[in-house]
Amino acid sequence: MANKLIVAPAPHVQTMQSTGRIMRDVVIALVPALIVSTVVFGWSVLCVTALSVLSCVGFEYLIQRFLVGGKPTVGNWSAVVTGVLLAFNLPASIPWWIVVMGAFVAIAIAKMTFGGLGKNPFNPALVGRVFLLIAYPVQMTAFPEIEGLDALSGATPLAAVKHGAAADILGVQDLLLGNMPGSLGEVAALALFAGFVYLLWRRVITWHIPVTVLVTMAAFAFVVALSRGAEEAALWQFPLFHVLAGGAMLGAIFMATDYSTSPMTVRGGVIFAVGIGAITMCIRLWGAYPEGMSFAILIMNSTVPLINKYVKPKRFGVK
Amino acid sequence: MKTFPMGGVHPSENKLSCGKPVEVLPLPETVMIPLAQHIGAPAVAKVAKGDKVLTGQLIAEAGSFMSANIHSPVSGTVAAVDMQPNGQGLRQMMITIKREGDEWAEGIDRSETLVKECSLSAEQIIAKIKDAGIVGMGGATFPTHVKLSVPPGKKADALIINGVECEPYLTSDHRTMLEHGEELLVGVSILMKAIGVDRAFIGIENNKPDAIAHLSKLVKEYHGVEVVPLKVRYPQGGEKQLIAAVTGRQVPPPPALPIDVGAVVCNASTTLAVYYAVQKNKPLIERVVTITGKSVKEPKNLLTRMGTPIQSLIDAAGGLPADAGKVINGGPMMGRAMVNLASPVTKGCSGITVLSGRDAVRRDASQCIKCAKCVAACPMGLEPYYLSKMTQKKNWDELEAQMITSCIECGCCQSTCPSYLPLLDWIRLGKQSVMGIIRQRAAAAAPKK
Repeated sequence: MANKLIVAPAPHVQTMQSTGRIMRDVVIALVPALIVSTVVFGWSVLCVTALSVLSCVGFEYLIQRFLVGGKPTVGNWSAVVTGVLLAFNLPASIPWWIVVMGAFVAIAIAKMTFGGLGKNPFNPALVGRVFLLIAYPVQMTAFPEIEGLDALSGATPLAAVKHGAAADILGVQDLLLGNMPGSLGEVAALALFAGFVYLLWRRVITWHIPVTVLVTMAAFAFVVALSRGAEEAALWQFPLFHVLAGGAMLGAIFMATDYSTSPMTVRGGVIFAVGIGAITMCIRLWGAYPEGMSFAILIMNSTVPLINKYVKPKRFGVK
Repeated sequence: MKTFPMGGVHPSENKLSCGKPVEVLPLPETVMIPLAQHIGAPAVAKVAKGDKVLTGQLIAEAGSFMSANIHSPVSGTVAAVDMQPNGQGLRQMMITIKREGDEWAEGIDRSETLVKECSLSAEQIIAKIKDAGIVGMGGATFPTHVKLSVPPGKKADALIINGVECEPYLTSDHRTMLEHGEELLVGVSILMKAIGVDRAFIGIENNKPDAIAHLSKLVKEYHGVEVVPLKVRYPQGGEKQLIAAVTGRQVPPPPALPIDVGAVVCNASTTLAVYYAVQKNKPLIERVVTITGKSVKEPKNLLTRMGTPIQSLIDAAGGLPADAGKVINGGPMMGRAMVNLASPVTKGCSGITVLSGRDAVRRDASQCIKCAKCVAACPMGLEPYYLSKMTQKKNWDELEAQMITSCIECGCCQSTCPSYLPLLDWIRLGKQSVMGIIRQRAAAAAPKK
């Protein structure tokens, strides 16, 4: 009997979590937003999402199987997460071949060339989205109109504000419930927030990065509103609008917290998040694009190795 | 509620045997006593084959200041002094004694009467502790007399009793605190006298509310002694973590020691052994061992003589379960997996944990996903993923700069890794290499004699 005992160094306990479970949790956290989006934009939302997920998983499988070799990696669900996130960054009316192209750029170029999950320096879904935004600007900004919202007529609220509309163009209720044009995953702040709570509960992410991104954006907007001499109501309207509109919530909760492309320490994460919030607001207020979340996250992704090198955890016993 | 400042994990507690009063394990027919069962030099055997020994008689003497005496746990005849396989199958010097009855050496008080008064001086107390061969019974087996001998120029200002027992499954300290609270507190006052302090804290995690309540009631009679309930979090029983949890002071990185922040830490079972040694002249020849595991028929706490084969404890708990995959000397976070169940209980053996086959096998590792859970879990504020990677690259300078020698090998990083990477395996290797380099450097820098 004794010679059948297993020997290994301590610890003899392993976590109940696994890479696959974490990634499935992220997918589950995205489901509420997917449902709201389907209600707002219709069934095409599910088609775009399904196509994006299938393409991402398919490309990862093919590349791993025929180019990279080694153990299959599609089982860890990370390609599914990339697929859903990519779809959430596209308008519902996007042609199918653009979705497939975006999935190819995300998985083949941004992820697998660097060595797959954990080694990619840039968020794959965002690389896919930004590529599409630059290559197909017309299709990428053609948002279906929403009934009863004549004020916007197919423009996203951020684009409308960029072109001179006031920040109270949409009520807070519309912003929270997603009653506005935009990409699939940009529209439902409340649903995204529900996903955030789920991820916190499952200990997939901590609150530091999302909260810091959103607080930075709000503070930035508040100071700008103040300097523009806004009245009392607008002083609160402006920060709230920027936090709830566009990709702020989606980016802060689901993209900035991507494990491989965010810093390893809490302090590093806060620096990273402040950078994202500030750059996003700069682009939104003074840049060529109405929305800057994707660019901000990708720019800050590039600083992560530097942050990891210089921002160390607080060591025990060192003052 | 108090706890340590950073990192830590909370594995399933599985304290299956916490409600089981300590039972006395029948005496074994033969005992085997390793000469090296403490940190420091091995003890030197004072008996030879054929010698008759009494229970409690000195059979091996401390090999240097940093070493410990060893006494016979039974009476009988020395059958051999030779190399025998230990729990890991490695051969080491052991004294084998064939038991004949249980006849005790003279001068040992075996009565249950509580002796409160102690008129000995600090030096006399430490000498008695040294004579009794007491070492840290929480698993580290650091000789207690060395710990109590405060080096010149340093001053202790608080004694901390470690009743944390943060390892999952283990309950021997818990039962000791519950069943021998009075004796334990006399032990605390003796230790306070030995190191010249007027404050003592007994740190207990709040998953042992009965022990907290019991000792809090008894402690009212003892001036300067305080029970400190702590939030359940592993590795709170680590010396540095416990000092920080109780006093808020952080021991600086090695080579600094707890005494540099004025603290001396002593495990609860060790404190009880100190009481027996000083007040009853009883050397360290028995201890409470938890025998436990999810598929063990009757998890229990056994008062066991040193040198008893591990197999006897397993038999007393209903035998080795059919699905047993791993038998661990200690708890599942820091204990050592055993191959040889004929190996003996030693001074540092607080429990035997049996894991079933499914829990015993490490799952397949996959690529690091940079989730940073290991960094968040490290109670020393290190970056386990990075230390593991740098060890694989043999980058010793970087490892030293990133403070790998601060690692306490608690295993939080590895147990929390969702990619099941063997982080601590690598870090241990890196730490040993870096410590070797530091020692070489010190030797080269030292003036030649």
